[in-house]
Amino acid sequence: MSTIQGVFLAFRNVAVLAMGAAAVICASVSQAAEAEHTLVIQDHRFQPAELMVASGMKIKLSVENRDPTPEEFESHDLNREKVIAGKSTATIYIGPLVPGRYRFYGEFNEKTAQGVIVAR
Amino acid sequence: MFATAVIVFREVLEAAIIIGIIAAATSSVAGRNRWLMAGFAAGLAGSAAVAASTDAIASMASGIGQELFNAAVLGVAVLMLAWHNIWMSSHGAALAAAARNVGNAIQDGRQECSVLLVVVGLAVLREGAETVLFLYGISTSDGSGTSSMLLGGIAGIVGGVTAGYAIYAGLLRIPLRWFFAATGLLVLLLAAGMAAQAARFLIQADILPSLAAPLWDTSAVLPERSVPGMLLHGLIGYDPRPAGMQLIFYVFTLAAIALGMKGVSHSRRANNQKGNTR
Repeated sequence: MSTIQGVFLAFRNVAVLAMGAAAVICASVSQAAEAEHTLVIQDHRFQPAELMVASGMKIKLSVENRDPTPEEFESHDLNREKVIAGKSTATIYIGPLVPGRYRFYGEFNEKTAQGVIVAR
Repeated sequence: MFATAVIVFREVLEAAIIIGIIAAATSSVAGRNRWLMAGFAAGLAGSAAVAASTDAIASMASGIGQELFNAAVLGVAVLMLAWHNIWMSSHGAALAAAARNVGNAIQDGRQECSVLLVVVGLAVLREGAETVLFLYGISTSDGSGTSSMLLGGIAGIVGGVTAGYAIYAGLLRIPLRWFFAATGLLVLLLAAGMAAQAARFLIQADILPSLAAPLWDTSAVLPERSVPGMLLHGLIGYDPRPAGMQLIFYVFTLAAIALGMKGVSHSRRANNQKGNTR
């Protein structure tokens, strides 16, 4: 068997495993509820600094950066990171969350850009 | 200045780890350095271009362009690393037998070098773009301390590169007997970690479901921002709060590449035996 065959074998295995994963995905897509929230970045601060969201549903978070400089939305609690260019808006999907406090921050201006999402 | 150094160090470290491992794993390939430098240069040029078009990339695909871009970059890197490892498991033994420099593998070596170029280029591209954006933000923000922050940026780059070089130099000290197994294993874990990261971006873009997030939480024991956490993240894709889907990607990638390597080295052994009995 050549290298090519080995690669082919590897990809075939991936395909089989992927089909299994697809079945799992289809089974879990039933939770359709989705909420929308907006955060604004201005003068390297998040507004609101504390955002209340509902627990147990997916959340579409729009982050509007009104500063001319780029910012990176980062949250270890939520396991998310996204660069947001100056004067632009980015969309980040989070959740469904269990009730609790989830801290986030702007990595490029960490001193001032701090916030928390509270899921209830 | 210190905060800046830490941020830049974090970004540079991840790329430096990848380059250190790849450079060590391909140390037997002829003409490797040229390709390494070419990949690095291409990655730098690319990261400047990506940084400049962050806005355009982000607004593509109704706001999830950045996630798709990152996932695609990671996906290509995973395929390249898979190819590298499977190629090495069929040629590694021959390379080891003839010490670290083999002339007759030039044809294969060239193929391997283009893989090297792509992986290094992509690593620099992804981490470099964020560093460029961050430093750009600093340089345009007015107020005192700009030059000290830029100095911090340079210190961060130097720190990250030093860490990458330490990994490279450390790997080269491994006895030849274990060398290919060790670098092969590291590349395997690197690829699996990248696949899990790609999954995270696709979850963030709402293309894949998270499937139980977080699956576990080890952030209290080993936070991602601690030095060991950062190193483990770069080396094996450590994530203190992984989603179930990330674990699935990790395990699939690990299994697929390991099976490919096993298949190739088995067939090698079979061919050798056939040759011996003839």
